[in-house]
Amino acid sequence: MKRILPPLIPFVVITLAVEWMVRSGTVPSYLVPAPSAVLRALFDSRDELAVAFAKTSAATLVGFVLSTVTGIAIAVLLSSSRAIQRAFYPYAVFFQTVPIIAIAPLLVIWFGYGMKTVIASAFIVSIFPVIANTLTGLLSTDPALRDLFRLYGASAGVTLVKLRFPAALPQILTGLRVASGLAVIGAIVGEFIGGQGLGSVVDVARTQQRIDKVFAAVLLASVLGLALFGLINLISALTLRRWHASEQTG
Amino acid sequence: MTNPTVTETARGVALRLERVRRVFENNLVVIEGMDLRIDAGEFLAVLGPSGCGKSTLLRMIARLSSPDSGRIVTEPEQFQTAFVFQDAHLLPWRTTLDNTALPLELMGLGRDERYAKARAALAQVGLEDAESRYPAQLSGGMRMRVSLARALVTEPRLLLMDEPFAALDEITRFNLEVQLRELWRRRGMTVIFVTHSISEAAFLANRAVVLARRGGKIRLDRRVDLPPERTNDLRSDPQLGQRLGHEMKLLMGAMEEE
Repeated sequence: MKRILPPLIPFVVITLAVEWMVRSGTVPSYLVPAPSAVLRALFDSRDELAVAFAKTSAATLVGFVLSTVTGIAIAVLLSSSRAIQRAFYPYAVFFQTVPIIAIAPLLVIWFGYGMKTVIASAFIVSIFPVIANTLTGLLSTDPALRDLFRLYGASAGVTLVKLRFPAALPQILTGLRVASGLAVIGAIVGEFIGGQGLGSVVDVARTQQRIDKVFAAVLLASVLGLALFGLINLISALTLRRWHASEQTG
Repeated sequence: MTNPTVTETARGVALRLERVRRVFENNLVVIEGMDLRIDAGEFLAVLGPSGCGKSTLLRMIARLSSPDSGRIVTEPEQFQTAFVFQDAHLLPWRTTLDNTALPLELMGLGRDERYAKARAALAQVGLEDAESRYPAQLSGGMRMRVSLARALVTEPRLLLMDEPFAALDEITRFNLEVQLRELWRRRGMTVIFVTHSISEAAFLANRAVVLARRGGKIRLDRRVDLPPERTNDLRSDPQLGQRLGHEMKLLMGAMEEE
């Protein structure tokens, strides 16, 4: 309850305030729908929204898992030598700076309309924080511990698995938290251009002036982002609670 | 305590440094032409101001870095070395037992054997009851004792220590010094102990060398004239305390000449 109550109070207060402002005419309903209207849209379009939610969730998850696996692998490769890092890290930065909305039409050309484009969009948007945070973590290994591993003849592989990777875990999880939210954004943008899911629901509802349905779809996208974020937090709590300050309370 | 899994008579390693020179990347000459002989089973304290090359010397002896010229000859050629750092440097995600067993794990020993040896090493530093605790659940002194157990678990013939007790409170430090001295006497390994503390060097070592501020020149090389058995009584006993004070005065004199 201690965890739920603090964010719940502002949510209830803001929802009630918006409801009052829309009903009293302070804010026109064609700009912001009343929360009750959003609830109604959620209920009325439940079948369509459920299918869209499932599609967006699947694409987000696949894109996120791909960016996690690929991002960590790239970071391991980059951390293996300064020369490799200098040669390839700028290209990793490219993924962060490229505006996804600008290259989304290209993704449609490359992958066609459908799931592949959405997954690619989620992947491109979410991979950079995984690379950057994992790389920082891998490069921050305590030099004394690296010496200790050398002293006892540990190979580079053993040092990676038993020292560098676990030591980098807090930073890796921070990267995954950021990436989880970005993966949802990437999937929604991909669906705007070439897929089906909450993004296409938003796009169609917008053209139909169904702002209540737009908000309903956005709400579900937020729920998806929060669920993914919660999953990473759970993994973080399970893996770090015994030894890392970020997961220790009191 | 009788311990079947840890040999208590391991012999030490003899070292000979010949014209050793070490230059850093910024062309700073840290050690210039150092000659030093260390007998097998000796407890040598290395004193000197910050930046005089004490830690660099230890890293070269540990073969973590190489001299730019000169050589370090050891007898025997192959032996087990252990290193204790200024801080405990434990793996925070591992329990005390797993941290202690780490060197054996890296050397490829089986689980049962390494745990038996790790438990024996923990018993030697009085931490047998803390094996399932994580580093975050230990005091600074306990963490350093785990670090010491981790170093001892491989039964090293050469133990290198780089200001290991510098960050500890005085009481903990005194007790660990007594414990270390006792472990050294039982095992007969060679210990090279880098410290800033004159009292620590005089209390622990059989021999102390004081390095000059630049170039690793040896300003003083002296056998410490104190009884082999050293407990905390040495610090408070008027007669022995006087001898300890005398040793400290000589070391301090060499340090102050800097």
